[in-house]
This record gives sequence, C-alpha cells and structure tokens, in this order.
Amino acid sequence: MIRLERRKAPSKAMLWLTPLLAVLLTMIFGGILFALLGKDPFAAIHMIFIEPFTDSYSQRQLLIKGGPLILIAVGLSLGFRAGVWNIGAEGQFIMGAIGGGAVGLALYGMPGIWVLPLMTLAGALAGFAWAMIPAFLKVKFNANEILVSLMLVYVAENFLRAMVTGALKNPDGRGFPESRSLAQYASAEMPMLIKSAGLNVGGLVAIGAVVLAYTLLARHRLGYQIKLTGQAPRAARFSGVKPGIIVAATLGISGALAGMAGLFELVGPAGKLTTNFPLGYGFTAIIVAFLGRLNPIGIFLAGILMAATYVGGETVQFALQVPAAAIRVFQGMLLFFLLAVDVLVAYRFVLKKEAK
Amino acid sequence: MEPLLQIDALSKAYPGVQANDSVSFDIEHGEIHALLGENGAGKSTLVKMIYGLVRPDTGSMTLLGQHYAPARPGEARRAGVAMVFQHFSLFEALNVGENIALGMEDAPDRRALAAKIREVSTAYGLPLDPDRLIGDLSVGERQRVEIVRCLLQNPKLLIMDEPTSVLTPQEVEILFATLRKLASEGVAILYISHKLEEIKSLCNRATILRLGKVVGKCVPAEETARSMAEMMIGAELAMPKARDYQPGAVALELKALNLPSLDPFGTSLRNVSLALRKGEVMGIGGVAGNGQDELLLALSGERKVPSGMITLNGEAVGDAPPEKRRALGLLTAPEERLGHAAAPDMTLVDNAVLTAQTRRKLTKNGWLNMRKAASFSDEIIAKFDVRTPGNHVVARALSGGNLQKYVIGREVLQRPDVLVVNQPTWGVDAAAAAAIRQALRDLAANGAAVLVVSQDLDELMEMSDTFAVLAEGRLSKPRPAEGLSIEEIGLMMGGTHGMEPMAGAAT
Repeated sequence: MIRLERRKAPSKAMLWLTPLLAVLLTMIFGGILFALLGKDPFAAIHMIFIEPFTDSYSQRQLLIKGGPLILIAVGLSLGFRAGVWNIGAEGQFIMGAIGGGAVGLALYGMPGIWVLPLMTLAGALAGFAWAMIPAFLKVKFNANEILVSLMLVYVAENFLRAMVTGALKNPDGRGFPESRSLAQYASAEMPMLIKSAGLNVGGLVAIGAVVLAYTLLARHRLGYQIKLTGQAPRAARFSGVKPGIIVAATLGISGALAGMAGLFELVGPAGKLTTNFPLGYGFTAIIVAFLGRLNPIGIFLAGILMAATYVGGETVQFALQVPAAAIRVFQGMLLFFLLAVDVLVAYRFVLKKEAK
Repeated sequence: MEPLLQIDALSKAYPGVQANDSVSFDIEHGEIHALLGENGAGKSTLVKMIYGLVRPDTGSMTLLGQHYAPARPGEARRAGVAMVFQHFSLFEALNVGENIALGMEDAPDRRALAAKIREVSTAYGLPLDPDRLIGDLSVGERQRVEIVRCLLQNPKLLIMDEPTSVLTPQEVEILFATLRKLASEGVAILYISHKLEEIKSLCNRATILRLGKVVGKCVPAEETARSMAEMMIGAELAMPKARDYQPGAVALELKALNLPSLDPFGTSLRNVSLALRKGEVMGIGGVAGNGQDELLLALSGERKVPSGMITLNGEAVGDAPPEKRRALGLLTAPEERLGHAAAPDMTLVDNAVLTAQTRRKLTKNGWLNMRKAASFSDEIIAKFDVRTPGNHVVARALSGGNLQKYVIGREVLQRPDVLVVNQPTWGVDAAAAAAIRQALRDLAANGAAVLVVSQDLDELMEMSDTFAVLAEGRLSKPRPAEGLSIEEIGLMMGGTHGMEPMAGAAT
C-alpha cells in the first residue's frame, strides 16, 4: 500500500522552488500538448514564456494584463490565508465594472478630474457589496462561502447581460448589446503613467495593494488575526479573534479589490461594457494567488508570469493557429502541477504493508 | 466449565508509555464484567486488542478454548466478539436499516433485514423503526442502532465502551434491562466505565486497571463505591503538606454557572459555584470529560454565559470576550498546547502575541510592535528555561515540556490576578512539570489566585490549598486540601457526587 507521510520540516528553499518547478513541468507537458496538436512545441513554449519578456510591445502588455490579476489575487490571498474561500472574484469583478461604469455613464460627457476617482470608488463599493452577500450568509447561517460566491458569478454575468441590453445600453448603439464607449469620455479614461513600462493607474494601484497587503500581514493586528485564524482556528478564538469579523473583512477587501480591478479593466483595455466583458480574470487570479504562495510579493511575480501566458498565448493562437482553449488548459496545468509538487514537498510516498 | 474468554499476560507499549502491562483476567459465559479505571489506565487499549483493532506486543487470548488473535475487527466479529463504541459510526443521511446493513459482513436483503431489526430490537426492549433517518434520532436511539447491529450477529461477547455517558437516566434503565436479558441468555458483556454506582448495580465481577496494570479484582456488589475508587486511584497518594496560606479577598467567583455542551459527547456544566481567593491555589480534580473543557471555555471567554455567573474582582464578566477578560486580569491556559494554547506553525514571537497583546501592550492603534513582542518572547524563554534555538522557531518544533513552559510562562509573566490552567503538566517530563508547579505556586504566593484543573491527583495534592472535584458537570463543594483523606477523595471522584461521608458510611 502506498501512503503519504508528512515530512518533518519541508525546506524553506523548496517552498520557493516549487513554483519554478511547476512552471518547468508545465513547459514540458504543455510542449507535449502542442506536439500532439501538431504544432512546434519549442516555438510555442518560446512564444509563451520567453517572448513576452523580450518583445517591447509584449513587455508593456505584461503589467496591463497582470495588473488586474495581481489586484484580485492579493485580495483573495488574504481570505485564503484565513481559510475563507472566495471563489467568486469574477462576479465581484463584473459588478465592480457595472457599478463604476454606471457612475461614469451617468456623468457621461461631464468634465472633471474627480470623475475617475468617483468611478473607482463606486466600482470598489459594488465589488464589496457583492462579496458581502456570501459573507453575511456565512456569518449568519454558516452557508458555504465557496458555493455562494461561485454561484453569484453566474448571477453577475446575467446581471451584466440585463444591463447592457437594458439600463446601460448605448442609446445611439443601434440596438447592440453594449454600453456607450467610455474610451470616448476623456474624464473617465485611465491615465497611462509610464508608457514604456505599460504602467497605468490600475497597475499602480495593484502595486500599492501588494505593498499594503505585505505590511498588513507582517505588522498589523488584522493581518496577524487573519494568519492565526487560518493556521489555528481554535487558538484564534482563544486569543479573542471574532471569526465573523475575519470572514467579513477578508471577503470585503477581496471584493473591493476585485471590483476596482473590474473598473480599471473597463476604463482601460475594454473601453465599454459588453457581454464579452468577463475574461475569467477572477478565476485566473485564484491560480495566481496560489502560484505566489499567498504571499503579496510572490503574487506580484506570479501575476506577471500569468500575464505572460496570456500575452504569449495570444501570439501562439495567432501564429500557430491553436484554439483559445489550449491556453486555458495550459493555465490549468500550471495550477495542477503547483499543487502536485506542493504535496510532494510536504509529504513523501511511503511503501508500506498494511498497518498491523 | 471453561471461561468464554481468557486473557493471558497481554502487553502493549506505545512510544513513551506502557499502555498495558501483562494484563490477565477472564470472562465467563453470561456474566457482565466491568473494566474499571481512570482515563489513561489502559482500558481502551485492552478492548481494542480484544476487538482486533490493536495487536498486542506479547501475551495471548483464548476464546472458547481456541487460540484467539484477531488481526482486524472483521475476524473478531466472526469469532463472536462485538463492540459498541462510545463514539458512533453512523451516517446521518441514511436510515436505520441502511446503516445496519453497512456494518454487517453479509447483510440480508432489505426487507428481511427490516423485519429482523424490528424483531430483535423489540425482543430486547430497544424498539427501532428501520425506516427512520439517523439524523432524526436522539443520541440514545443512535446507540440502540449500534447495539442492535451487534445483536444481529449473535455475539458471544459484547464490549460496551462507556455506554451511559450519552444517555439520560431513563435510557440508562432501559439499557441495563437489555444487558441483563442478554446476560441471562448467555452473552457475556465487558462493560467499561468509571461510574461506580452503575457498576455496583449492573456487574457481576470487576477488573480494575491502573497505569496499564491489573491492580484489583472484585465483586462490585460486595464493595462500596469508596473502596472501588480507592483501588482505581491507588493508595500511594502523597498527602498534602501543611502550607501557610493566607487567603485574601475573593478574586474569581462562579455563581451557579450553567453551560450546555455543544458536543453531544461533552458534559454540560450544572450549577457550578466557587469562590477563589487571592493567594489561593484551588485544585479541581476529576476524570476528563466531566465538564473540564466546558469550564475552561466559559472562563477564557470562548463561550459566553450570562454576565453575573462569573465575577472577577466583583465585576461581572460572564459575557465579556477573551481580550476584555485579559485586560481585567483573568488569564487562562488551555489543555491542548498545539492548536489551542499555541498556533503550531507560528513562531514563538507570534505565539507571545496570541494572548499578551493587551497586557503587554504589544499593539498600538492596531499595529504590532514586533520588537516588543520579541523581547517578551525572550523574557519567557529566559525566565522559564525554555530550551529552544531562539524565538524565531515555530511552536510545533518544541518538545511538549518546553512548549508547555512557554505557554504557562506567557500567562504567568503577564502578572494575572487570576490564572486558570487546565492539565498544566499533561505529557510533560518530570523536570518541566516540577518547574511549572513551582511557578504556579510562586504566582499564588505573590498574591494571584490560581485555579488548576487536572486529572493528576498527586499533582493537585502537591499544589492545592483547596480541592474540589468536577463530576458529570457538577462541582463538589471546595474543601481545604490539607487533611483530606484518600477515602474522601475517592468518594468525590467516583461520580457519587452529593454523597457526603455520612451517606457513604451507611452503605
């Protein structure tokens, strides 16, 4: 019989080597996948993992694509550390875009430097409110937050559909299911801060969130309580941590950050609300959070890496004519290998006869 | 006639503890045989060996004249040995019939089984409806399901592990009637308990275990609860020494504290009252599972009670959260070091923050002062002689004794007015245990009130000024430890609570 036995002390170095190992394994098996599809595996791997870092257009795209992933993943990691599983960041992302976008559309054409901050605030609030639904149900009725937050993603998607065909539909859009273009509204446009690096306001906020989350976890009582609740729930209650507050705080923060990411996506790359607006960032961010070891700095690096698979994936799709789904398989593979390697770092296989 | 089961010199050792040491006894056909002992006496290891869950290191068993060495419970069941565990293994979403079928070697078809369940359960006075969902049954009814499951296999020996701990008095009567009927039909019953009155009324013979050894055999009907308790706790108890103890004002008072247990196998606190004075060490004895955990949760603030039930220096704190109580001077140290008193994967510095953030002012406006926390951690390590490479080590890496010194030191160095500790030296080596006891005595000598909950009577006798016993969620009246006799303690321990020595003398 094969058993898994916990290793006494997994080495610190392995903790940081495993993500790299997972990337390596993904390259190998991803290469096999591409070979099976009849494509040149070396060219594909090169396009996905190397080119985004060498090509100057792709370099700029890294922060633009990575920003929302990092922003969402940082929020999620706080909850994951506390054992609060917000799987519905995608829904909070959509609601943030709708909430913030609605403010922008209501003010459409009105000049003012306060327009974008107001929209950002509305986006954060909308994401926060959406995340408070699972938080409330969890605290009040002990409802499973995984299921509730996940199901609310589909509610949010349908809400978006209703909005772009209803209240937020472009009145001059000849019936197309989409909102007015916010890209045409100067006050709602997201300023690019450093063009050569692709750093826009969203990217700056993401970096700010990384720094804040790091400080919170290392130095603040709330961060301490989050860690304590995740690692030893009974010790946390003994210490005086109120579990309900941790649930509400972590879901609230991750919801607000996801909502903000949604708004930035709307006023940046997307430009308008359409039914195609959701890109799965809220789900991909879960991979980013774990790939980054739930550590803010790790998440920053993982977000950039994941952005590379998006950017490189697009190139591969275009250049090698592979289906878009192959890229999603690729990203899934990355998480799978990370988890598998993790298990092997923490445990080892023991061949043993049945215990007597 | 040869005995049904003969047990010959069974021994079983676990790392660091000899669970059973050359245990021998036998069980006759149709007798109800009590296995008696405190927690940790080795009762469960012994029955697990009989039921095939644990292999003995040495020794042998003979069942009906045949060599008997079951490698797994299935073999034990085929040989005619059945067991009802204290904790049930039932699926709440399935009905009674389905649950019983799951536990059988070769279950008959559903309808035949349902008829059989009705017939057997009615015949033995434990009526069961095979179609009801387990989730809808009371704890007592669930136990019936377990018993009926055993009876369907026509056992020759039925092992019952503390069956009455989850039952109401009425249910206990029904269960006893069933067991007597079974015994009259020739089924032997091995009955594990530490409730002496039950054993007196039910069992034909008793074997008493202490620290893994058989220390006595008796016919319960001819003994008193007191004499059996004495055998159970042993007579080599060191009696408390006279100590100059000048109690001050009342620091902690419990007034008719009631707390229902959240765990179906837990014990609710009933009407617990005590007054603990400054400078006093009160020892609370009793077998684990008699409300100790509930008492600690009520005192630490993890579970809230109406505010007036607990007063600290005259202030009602029954509904105050843990941090508020610490601020007011009431500190606690739970029994379980890893996971409750300390977070296993956090460093010693982080674990210092766990309870000391308020009294040691380790936080300011919500921000942690890690330097202060580190220096407090170093102070604990130095003053309590915690053997560790440094304060950056995670709690899990420390030995039990060192971590316990750290946990106790963390509370003691916060200069509490009242310190409550549960099992302060459980699983701790002798040197560390002595250091911990001394630290708690010193704390009291400096004017703090100390409440020690422990199963270790020697420890309580060594440390306590006053002594009480928690049995079935009720606390006996605290009495001065000095001059307490073994007989009196035995009587308090045996669950014959409320029976004063006068009543005991009448038996």
